[in-house]
Amino acid sequence: MVIYGVALLAFCTIVGLYVGDLLGILIGVEANVGGVGFAMLMVIFGSNWLMRRGGIAQPTVQGVAFWNAIYIPIVVAMAAQQNVAAALSGGLAAILAGLLAVLACAAVIPTIDRLSHKDDGLSHKERGVARRVELTP
Amino acid sequence: MTQTFLDVVQRNNLLAGFGIIGAVIWLSYLISNHFTRGRIHGSAIAIFIGLVLAWIGGVRTGGERGLADVPVFGGIALLGGAMLRDFAIIATSFGVDPGEMKKAGLSGTVSLLVGVVGSFVVGATVAWSFGYSDAVSMTTIGAGAATFIVGPVTGAAIGASSELIALSIAAGLVKSIVVMIGTPFIARFIGLNNPQTAMVYGGLMGTTSGVAGGLAATDPKLVPYGAMTATFYTGLGCLLGPSVLFLTVRALVGG
Repeated sequence: MVIYGVALLAFCTIVGLYVGDLLGILIGVEANVGGVGFAMLMVIFGSNWLMRRGGIAQPTVQGVAFWNAIYIPIVVAMAAQQNVAAALSGGLAAILAGLLAVLACAAVIPTIDRLSHKDDGLSHKERGVARRVELTP
Repeated sequence: MTQTFLDVVQRNNLLAGFGIIGAVIWLSYLISNHFTRGRIHGSAIAIFIGLVLAWIGGVRTGGERGLADVPVFGGIALLGGAMLRDFAIIATSFGVDPGEMKKAGLSGTVSLLVGVVGSFVVGATVAWSFGYSDAVSMTTIGAGAATFIVGPVTGAAIGASSELIALSIAAGLVKSIVVMIGTPFIARFIGLNNPQTAMVYGGLMGTTSGVAGGLAATDPKLVPYGAMTATFYTGLGCLLGPSVLFLTVRALVGG
């Protein structure tokens, strides 16, 4: 049933966010620490476990697939409710702080990336190709 | 007649939201195919149009939620709000290969630390060069350059003025918008075409909305990997901002 997929996803989301809130309280910060990440781990390991144990019924997958597919429209709606006016009225200091932070971090990506990639000996281009092959069943 | 129609739209605002976003995406793919020959991804254009609409909505209403503050478009707030956004991000992780996650474990962790500290240093330096040279101001604006949640949380903890907190939120919003728009353009130069680099990217940028939008516009298959690390960033920032980072800045500039 389609609802099984949606319900499992909702269950993982709520449990993950709960763990994130608890972790935030535990280390004394007013934020959810990795809640979405914990929920994603539950979904990743849960779905892999179920698939190994004989697969997941197609309608259940559809319940998850719909939300997976509606992700980009949701991101567009998210963009449409950002406080863009406030960002632009923050003045040059705010704009430069945000912009330069992005550029500085983007510049170190290849260096940090090498920490994990150093052993596989593939170039970025080759890895891109390899990944695309993997994802096509 | 018009009033009746608007009433129906407002009563069913989530459905209206689906319709509006659907129309925006249809228009975006039309622009992508006909004017850029598919070179700029339709979803990148859609996100950009979304931001422009948010700007118009914010200027027209003076509110904080962009287009969603216009009553007729209220459904956008629910459709693009934190609840459905988190739900959909988590849905993208269905069927992801855990092996890819493990492979990027070390670089993903390093990227989180470098991301928070790097953004903070850049933000604090910009603040200093604009004359905000006391420790509280530099820390608050630096934390805002991490994300627009880290900024106010840190500022509140160290007693920053509301003007400073507003500035730090603005810095975080600019970052999130730059990441949303800029990711597809810088992807080629930083090798952002595989799950491991996406995890490093999420850890370095940290803004969940920025990374979620930016990766969606680059390659939707990368979204779960980037989102996974980004989700730990704000927590780490809120932990380091008012403590280690603030104390370091105070040691360096005094008071």
